[in-house]
Amino acid sequence: MGERLLLRGNEVIAEAAIRAGCQCYFAYPITPQAELLQHMAVNMPRLGRTFVQAESELAAINMVYGAASAGVRTMTSSSSPGISLKQEGISYLAGSSLPAVIVNIVRGGPGLGDIAPSQCDYFQATKGGGHGDYHMIVLGPSTVPEAGQLTMLAFELADRYCTPVMLLADGMLGQMMEPVELPKPIEIGSLPKKEWATDGAKGRDPNIVLSFDLDPEVLKQMNLILQKRYRQIEAKEVRYEETATGDADIAIVAYGTVARIAKTVVKMARAEGIKLGLFRPITLWPFPSQALRKLSEKIAMVLTVEMSAGQMWEDVRLAIAEQAETPFYGEMGGVIPTPQRILSEVKKHAG
Amino acid sequence: MARGAAVIDRERCKECGLCIATCPKKVLAFSGELNNGGYNVVHMEHPEDCTGCGFCALTCPDVAIEVYREKISA
Amino acid sequence: MPVDVQDMQKIFARPDSLTDAKSTYCPGCHHGILTRIIAQTIDELGIAERTVGIAPVGCAVFAYRWYRCDAIQAAHGRASAVATGVKRADPNLIVFSYQGDGDFASIGTAESIHAANRGENITVIFVNNQVYGMTGGEMAPTSLVGQKTTTTPQGRDPKLFGYPIRFSEMIAQLEAPVYVTRQALYDTKHIKEATKAIKKAFTNQVEKKGYSLVEVLAACPTNWKMKPIDANIHIAKVVKKTYQLGDLVNRG
Repeated sequence: MGERLLLRGNEVIAEAAIRAGCQCYFAYPITPQAELLQHMAVNMPRLGRTFVQAESELAAINMVYGAASAGVRTMTSSSSPGISLKQEGISYLAGSSLPAVIVNIVRGGPGLGDIAPSQCDYFQATKGGGHGDYHMIVLGPSTVPEAGQLTMLAFELADRYCTPVMLLADGMLGQMMEPVELPKPIEIGSLPKKEWATDGAKGRDPNIVLSFDLDPEVLKQMNLILQKRYRQIEAKEVRYEETATGDADIAIVAYGTVARIAKTVVKMARAEGIKLGLFRPITLWPFPSQALRKLSEKIAMVLTVEMSAGQMWEDVRLAIAEQAETPFYGEMGGVIPTPQRILSEVKKHAG
Repeated sequence: MARGAAVIDRERCKECGLCIATCPKKVLAFSGELNNGGYNVVHMEHPEDCTGCGFCALTCPDVAIEVYREKISA
Repeated sequence: MPVDVQDMQKIFARPDSLTDAKSTYCPGCHHGILTRIIAQTIDELGIAERTVGIAPVGCAVFAYRWYRCDAIQAAHGRASAVATGVKRADPNLIVFSYQGDGDFASIGTAESIHAANRGENITVIFVNNQVYGMTGGEMAPTSLVGQKTTTTPQGRDPKLFGYPIRFSEMIAQLEAPVYVTRQALYDTKHIKEATKAIKKAFTNQVEKKGYSLVEVLAACPTNWKMKPIDANIHIAKVVKKTYQLGDLVNRG
């Protein structure tokens, strides 16, 4: 058993990134992600690594672009409005096949919104907030310990598939403290060398990091390579968790903080004799469509619950089609749904 | 005065004329022949006047000119 | 007829660090001269194996084709931030960011100023030809008062479109930069001076002295609608009045 510490989500994500071998971190101050930045400010220099507070989130993602090109593990973090400023850069990372980790501690939106937790950036993260046919792998932690584990995973997947990976948490997860056993640090030296990196053309032909070609046929080939990669990721990297779905008549689909609340609802419903289960996507992209579809074949109703106006809900309906009823209940503006309210929705739709 | 020569890469020349204008000895001129880009390629009209000063090469935006200079035995 | 160079010595050739790729620049465009100077500097300093060039968006978007070294093509305006990321990731890389005036002094203003203000140990080449070349001659923040462009057909009216930005003077106010200079390429004298300035800017980086900026007044015959030689004269007679040449900062 490693050391168990009581840490805030933001700090766990930062510490996990350091233990995952993140060598360069670039970011800009924004609530509710500030402690992540501050943790990096203290610890990255202490370890002889790079910490730069950029002049904007937009500049930060482009610094990530440079560091990623040079072949090191690199990360940026922000919250919703800041993540919007990074979309162009993220599209470039995808288009240039560059590995990088982007953390979004989502807050109420749109516009300036507020600093309370929300899940209203789901579309932006999973349907591509920037231009072009691209995807990021999007991971949705629902507890502070899981946020640490998925941060480590994010760096691994980014390198494995040469793609940007987003950790989609929210203001509550970022600010909440929980006992955590931090992951063991990896050896940076053990990371495989990236032959494609622009780390100086010594004894090799120059490497070029590029995301464009004026010849449509060549750009088409570049896109086909990306699409082929996305199919591989969809085939191999889907992750989800099912709770009490074995004998369930009805189920909730929820991720992140809402999934955690839904676990309480499952207990409450079962205490009242309602056979309720929970389906929790962990990879929001690639979305666990097949698993959800299979579940929906033996369940009459799947209630999607989000802190948004219903975004993941579309992926749920796409996956389930007419197999089962797919009602929705959501809260917005940073309001967190209560177990009691969710249970009343379950009952309402269970008929 | 040492003799020199400017060797122009026909396919790189874009008929911009900057080398012609800068040549102190008025050696260069458009040759009247077109390259694959359809540019009227520069050539040494008066090769005997070239001193190999290299101004043309310094000025050429397409780095199309190599310059030679006579080896003067000491 | 082939030239007889029998008993002659080659005294000028294409720099080794310059690739054989055919230039995409217009006839008489100064980007080409500048590219040759940079490649020559990379040769002279022997740094090709650890140089990483950052290409902007604009006429120089193909910059990665011209140099025999690693290169990264950056989003429009972000080259100075990308250069920061590369340099911070591996400080012994020699990183130069090559940007036009739209890239550097319009959309990339914040990235340009803050890379300089952090004193990143990088070399920035800022090509000022007072228009957006690639997209068809629109006004740039550096366009002269009264300059006709495709977006100021009546000529740039400062009351509507502001005044030409003297970006190097702005950067020169910052404490971190060690070398800030404005050069030109409109004749061999200035080409030679610019070559010295660029070599100094790269040498500063090799010697870890800090941030160097070389602004280069460049001709854009196509969008200025001038013959190349007239564009050169235009810089000598007109542009130079708005943008004084010479070193603004030299703490290197």
